[in-house]
Amino acid sequence: MTKDECKQVVLNIIADIAPDEDLSNVKPDVRLRDQLQLDSMDFLDIVMELRKRHGIEVPEADYMQLASLDSCAEYLTPKFNALAGKS
Amino acid sequence: MNSSSHYDVVIIGAGMSGLAAGIRLAHFGKKVCIFERHNAVGGLNSFYSIDGRKYDVGLHAMTNYVRPGVKGTPLTKLLRQLRIDREEFALCEQKQSRVAFGSRGETSLRFTNDFAVFESEVARAFPAQIDGFRKLVQLIRGYDDVSLDAKPESARTVVRQHLTDPLLEDMLFCPVMYYGSAQEHDMEFGQFVIMFKALFLEGFARPFEGVRVILRVLQEKYRQAGGERRMKCGVRQILFGGDKVDRLVLDSGEEITATHVLSSIGAPETFGLCMLGGAIGPEESLARPELRHSPGRHSFVETITVLDRQPAALGWGDDTIVFFNDSPQFDYACPATPVDPRSGVICIPNNFDYGADRVLPEGIFRVTCLAEPAHWFGLPEAEYQAEKKRWFGTIHASARRFLPPSDPAAFAGATVATDMFTPRTITKFTGHLNGAIYGAPTKIRDGRTPLGNLYLCGTDQGFLGIVGAMLSGISMANYHVLTK
Repeated sequence: MTKDECKQVVLNIIADIAPDEDLSNVKPDVRLRDQLQLDSMDFLDIVMELRKRHGIEVPEADYMQLASLDSCAEYLTPKFNALAGKS
Repeated sequence: MNSSSHYDVVIIGAGMSGLAAGIRLAHFGKKVCIFERHNAVGGLNSFYSIDGRKYDVGLHAMTNYVRPGVKGTPLTKLLRQLRIDREEFALCEQKQSRVAFGSRGETSLRFTNDFAVFESEVARAFPAQIDGFRKLVQLIRGYDDVSLDAKPESARTVVRQHLTDPLLEDMLFCPVMYYGSAQEHDMEFGQFVIMFKALFLEGFARPFEGVRVILRVLQEKYRQAGGERRMKCGVRQILFGGDKVDRLVLDSGEEITATHVLSSIGAPETFGLCMLGGAIGPEESLARPELRHSPGRHSFVETITVLDRQPAALGWGDDTIVFFNDSPQFDYACPATPVDPRSGVICIPNNFDYGADRVLPEGIFRVTCLAEPAHWFGLPEAEYQAEKKRWFGTIHASARRFLPPSDPAAFAGATVATDMFTPRTITKFTGHLNGAIYGAPTKIRDGRTPLGNLYLCGTDQGFLGIVGAMLSGISMANYHVLTK
């Protein structure tokens, strides 16, 4: 998986969690919280949907890695690729 | 152990909070089953039919209504958490509501889903109070009402720091208390804030077909997520050993086990089911003083009148909800008489804005008043029926003083059906002790109980209103199960 694909995975999850948000112009280097109205319940859901849909575990200590799309990609892409390598 | 009788989570009660918790848990792959004693879902917000006519119970209006695009409020949180599209609830906004005080409603504050209307009404009727009122509203807007560990504070005390006119104070407390207070006379400030936001800063709406629309959406989401449900099968006993639930006994006599148990039936009701495993008897649960909790003292009666025309045709205008009180002081307490007709709530479900050319097929007029439960529980059947009839007339006469005058003969002539519920009805159909719609006066905000894997959601956890009830189920499922 590329980093861009990984960002799309995260955007797809946000689109389902928060269908009332406009995701057409999300800046990858800006904190998601600063450009979208997402609260702690929504971030928890991103984590839980990653687990449910993709088997990716994000421990609580790493939640801050999901702050922006760029940081999501940095943090999650290796996890996706490690998982793909295993199967 | 038979794996079919073990669940990750058992939910007791298929009301708004139990269904919402169930959707979350099933969506994230938990094996979950909701056990409901009644044959219908909804709990305190349900519906029934008599003679082919559909009636709503509980819900006058869905509170917490915000228009599309408004974010970060309880309604939007709930829609996101349950993956519900707001179109599915098909909510229609109220036309206007009022708080009417005085023997003929001389002091009246109108409000709509636009808070500016209420603020201007307060400024008009209480010009000396408006600055204090605005400061109070500012405090309420900034208050963290979903904190699970807030320090309890008297709402009367906080409100009096901003308002000096007791009439205005009572006029704010009347709707807020009627729509959610399990406590008499006063409320915890956090609870007051939740209800003030729900009623005034947000607002009222209703699906054209009533509460059943909301319940249908919840049931469908739950089913799609893979949740199981057993109707007409309640949980009879919660057997514990040490500090954990060991197993549950169902009404059918079956025994099941669960990793987590989420109970929406109320704190005293839940604790009343808890028995030390093996030795079953009331003395066993009394041996654990921490498993005691008192239900609320006051309950309600409600009259429902079905009319052959729209209520506006009787000259009653556009009022959706009217909160009324005729006395110098507003007494929100368990009355000394079977019913306290001095104050109450009128609801006219026809007066939501259902869109052009869409009106409810019949007129509905509902009046809710405070009631003293013991009186209603103690009556033999024949006297119970007679007493209902007697109070029905008294309640109507009281409520109609707060609506524009209309011809009593026209009203009687237009009436095609009536019904009435009492504290006895509430306990019979919902299992809530003492007919206590708003549960126990002491709330358990974090949902914890003395048993490590038993949690409360719903009324006695303390997020109020139907949106609050659903958020309670969501929060407790997230907090105690999904983040574990």
